[in-house]
Amino acid sequence: MADSRGGPLVLGIETSCDETGVGIVRGHTLLADAVASSVDEHARFGGVVPEVASRAHLEAMVPTIQRALKDAGVAASDLDGIAVTAGPGLAGALLVGVSAAKAYAYALGKPLYGVNHLASHICVDQLEHGPLPEPTMALLVSGGHSSLLLAPDITSDVRPLGSTIDDAAGEAFDKIARVLHLGFPGGPVIDRYAREGNPDAIRFPRGLTGPRDPVYDFSFSGLKTAVARWIEAKRAAGEEVPVADVSASFQEAVVDVLTRKAVRACKDNGVEHLMIGGGVAANSRLRAMAERRCEDAGITLRVPRPKLCTDNGAMVAALGAEMVARGRAASDWDLSADSSLPVTEPHVPGEAPAAPAGHHHGHDHVHEMSKHNLYS
Amino acid sequence: MLLLALDTATPAVTVALHDGSGVLAESRQVDARRHGELLLPAVDRVLAEAGRKLDAVSDIVVGVGPGPYTGLRVGLVTAATFGAVLGVPVHGLCTLDGLAHASGLTEPFVVATDARRKEVYWARYEPGATPRPATRLTEPAVDRPADIADEVAGVPAVGAGALLYDTVFTGVRRDGPEHQSAAALAALAAQKLAAGEEMLPPQPLYLRRPDAQVPANYKVVTPR
Ligand SMILES: [Zn+2]
Repeated sequence: MADSRGGPLVLGIETSCDETGVGIVRGHTLLADAVASSVDEHARFGGVVPEVASRAHLEAMVPTIQRALKDAGVAASDLDGIAVTAGPGLAGALLVGVSAAKAYAYALGKPLYGVNHLASHICVDQLEHGPLPEPTMALLVSGGHSSLLLAPDITSDVRPLGSTIDDAAGEAFDKIARVLHLGFPGGPVIDRYAREGNPDAIRFPRGLTGPRDPVYDFSFSGLKTAVARWIEAKRAAGEEVPVADVSASFQEAVVDVLTRKAVRACKDNGVEHLMIGGGVAANSRLRAMAERRCEDAGITLRVPRPKLCTDNGAMVAALGAEMVARGRAASDWDLSADSSLPVTEPHVPGEAPAAPAGHHHGHDHVHEMSKHNLYS
Repeated sequence: MLLLALDTATPAVTVALHDGSGVLAESRQVDARRHGELLLPAVDRVLAEAGRKLDAVSDIVVGVGPGPYTGLRVGLVTAATFGAVLGVPVHGLCTLDGLAHASGLTEPFVVATDARRKEVYWARYEPGATPRPATRLTEPAVDRPADIADEVAGVPAVGAGALLYDTVFTGVRRDGPEHQSAAALAALAAQKLAAGEEMLPPQPLYLRRPDAQVPANYKVVTPR
């Protein structure tokens, strides 16, 4: 191990959706974050097409690994381990990364760590703000996930408090952008329009915020329908749709529910730190509202820079480095790509040596990423 | 010369090690759903059986399909990654050519594998004058068996696709190879290397476009 130089040197591979990511970290220090995205190839379909993503991963895999090594200025032979997203995600896409990571680790004679995509989204904050407080509360929001997770130990103990019961937050952005003819992906463009609009112009519903609703779960399907109906009614009446106001009011409804529930989860569980990750964490209104509400509640907010919030290899490397640092068991060569890997399993240890104590949680299957084409 | 050959384009997950004069070890497992789990352990087993280490390998040979399975990419990305780490060339060979090489047929024949969705991947071959390998006469194609019935009726045929649609491939050889063998692929590659023949780039032969539908009424309006 490489502690004398500032922690384990780990390369991480991420292919759970449409980004081919390869990152290299040394402990909590980011050395390289190479990403090849196939997002442009999906744009005309209005959503991520799994087979298109998988084909792009195969083409980009080796060049992206080599670019990361070059950016980091390290030799592959100096690596202490190879980490890879084992799940959850698109099955065929995950399989390319897992196969590459195995071949890479095997050829270099290094240990392999199959890790959980969601835990990686949390752990990446170590590269931005140093060691994760224990416990950390995490709000993960993207096109694939919307969940509240409590992480007493990111390498062995991650507990799901709540998640979306229908659409992911990012999906709702994509769908509303489509109704408004704004293109794909929807998050950045709605954020941009919303800056010109009035967030209080239209009062859209806040899903699952009633007194008898599940406290930490999310629902964005009703909101999506309400916004679409509102737009259609305007169009039917021959009126112009106020795109900026609709964007701002829709975004406000999403962000209000996300931050309200996240802060509530921190208070209920006596947690003083909230981290927000996932692609939607790049949303400027989410950041602003979370900052204000956390400050009011005396909670320290940690949001990594946008490039670390979207899917990337650095987050996988960050969690892999933590696995090495804490002596967690490596994965076996028959590691599977598991499209519905439960969030309660931060990594997939091999059979051989027993994992250290502390690995004792239930197997609630939290399906975070849709396994299917958005349009199937 | 030490060739490591692998092919995951069909339900077979197969790995072999060949030293230029013969096969040192081979693994063959047929499981269309577990390419990702089976391949690396098979590589490890084959190397151990032959008493060699991966870094002794001089060339990687990989079946590039055509193959319908998401598993096709498992072999290709594994081969590309090994090639990059070891700094050795990665040679692609058509998966159907491996089956053709294993057939040992001495008259014109066809090879067909199961493309699923009621289709086959197939190509026509002409036997080589021993010891030359068979020559593929057509580009690999994907077709419904009924659409090529006239072309393949009575022609000697090997491969799981021919066995599956034996009412169309009426000349099917039941004793011929059903599944891909990396040993045959390696032997073919060894001959081609010795003869200084070009092989294919290690890129997938999908032969089909990705399934994807463009949503109706979709148009892009990007704000300034
Ligand atoms: Zn993600």
